Amino acid sequence: MIVKRTELSWFERLYFPTLWSGLRVTARHFYNTLFRSGRVTMEYPEQRWTVPEGYRGAPYLVKDAEDRTKCVSCQLCEFVCPPKAIKITPPGPAVDPSTGNVEKRPREFEINMLRCIFCGFCQEVCPEEAIFLMKDYSLTGLSRKEMIYNKEKLLALGGVHNDQIQKWKKKQVEAASQETFKPE
Amino acid sequence: MQALLDILTNHREVVMTLAKVLAVLSILLPMVAYSVLAERKISALIQDRVGPNRVALPLISSIPILGPFLTRLGFWQPMADGLKSFLKEDFTPAHVRKAYFWLAPAIALVPAFMTMAVIPFGSYLGREKMVLADLNVGILYTFGIVSLGVYGLVLAGYAANSKYPFLGGIRSSAQLISYEIAMGMSVVPVFMLVGDLNLGKVIHYQAEGLSSWLLFKQPIAFVIFMVAAFAETNRLPFDLPESETELVGGYHTEYSSMKFALFFMGEYSNMIASSAMMVTLFLGGWTLPWFGLNVRPTEESALWIGLAHIGIFLAKVVSLVAIFIWVRWMLPRFRYDQLMDLGWRRFIPLGLANIVITAVILFLQAK
Repeated sequence: MIVKRTELSWFERLYFPTLWSGLRVTARHFYNTLFRSGRVTMEYPEQRWTVPEGYRGAPYLVKDAEDRTKCVSCQLCEFVCPPKAIKITPPGPAVDPSTGNVEKRPREFEINMLRCIFCGFCQEVCPEEAIFLMKDYSLTGLSRKEMIYNKEKLLALGGVHNDQIQKWKKKQVEAASQETFKPE
Repeated sequence: MQALLDILTNHREVVMTLAKVLAVLSILLPMVAYSVLAERKISALIQDRVGPNRVALPLISSIPILGPFLTRLGFWQPMADGLKSFLKEDFTPAHVRKAYFWLAPAIALVPAFMTMAVIPFGSYLGREKMVLADLNVGILYTFGIVSLGVYGLVLAGYAANSKYPFLGGIRSSAQLISYEIAMGMSVVPVFMLVGDLNLGKVIHYQAEGLSSWLLFKQPIAFVIFMVAAFAETNRLPFDLPESETELVGGYHTEYSSMKFALFFMGEYSNMIASSAMMVTLFLGGWTLPWFGLNVRPTEESALWIGLAHIGIFLAKVVSLVAIFIWVRWMLPRFRYDQLMDLGWRRFIPLGLANIVITAVILFLQAK
């Protein structure tokens, strides 16, 4: 495209018309920002973006409707995690009496949020739907140690995931009936 | 005690001058600090942002309405900025020319403060004339001193011994020769009208009323002077020596910590000094044509008129500083050659013509 460059008139070449329109534009922005809340910035720590659905934020653990930790300590997420941010301590052979003899649950589950890249592999690989990428996107702390989130903290942040199947409830009922089953 | 009183009475002149120097500095330095804040805040508002609004002092910020308001205003920001410059590492790169490197910030700052010496910032307080040095060659002194400030920048560019500061220094000197002459010429008609080089006399000439303000008598001179003042204080659209976007900060690229802060303070005190010059030369200084505020207080008891005059002067200076800041976001930076073109081919002929026309009119009036 040929841009036609018109010769400026002597009046335009005086700088004054440009100066005047510049003054007007800046004064308008000044006035709008000051009196009409024409601000375009967000005051970050107080105001935050609401992220869209499907956003990949920080991964947290969830409980089911029965207040049961869904994670069964299979360690798939630990193996798939590209930056090796997840560290799971399995319970070992000892049976936790509070859970009943149903399924393992991790003794400790740590995610190092400084290493985590929010890729979502852990969520994808999890057979129990126990870990989800939530909407938190700005995690801050005063020390490196503080940024390693433990099981308690992850569960508290993750909250409850109401899924319909409730696989482990049935298992628990079955297991309980096994205990009391007396063959004739 | 008696000896102290003797000194005070015998050397009244010296003591009063020292007191005035202290008073001027104690107003000027906070003004420098707060013009930085004003710059940040006004820039933010023009660019649809909020600006500094975080710094809070422990006790004062818990006062119900005032505390949060001052915090939102960024009122304590200059303190934080100052503290930061003191605490930062004062790094001297290995490749600099050390002696000049240390000298340059001082040379950039001192002339800006020295200019304030001849500016009449008020009429009288009691018997004291509100000017540090009532020189008869006030304006010549100012021109002499103000040009020295530029040497600070040039020296900084040379001392840093690296390419961007060097370019900044070169630009600064090129800028100096293109606006200084126009600036000098622009004030000649002013003194032809006033008939005196003493800045106090210039104000007395303008005290008669709004129509006697030299802004209205010499609008062309005012425009030239103002543009030259922008160039001299390295403000946009003429901030060629600094040019953050192309020269990485220009002449002060290699500076850090308090040395950098000195350049910064120099820039802003230069801005205040040139605003004060413009107020004195063109905007009637400490006078206002209403409420009898344009006469010097005759009675020694009329303290409040003296104070009001100082207030008027400061208000005028502050509004000019605000205009300096405003213009920054209005015009893009001039190119090197455009500035020289503007200085040499527009303003010098215009200033000369202004001198000749004023001379002819004065000659005809005298007849």
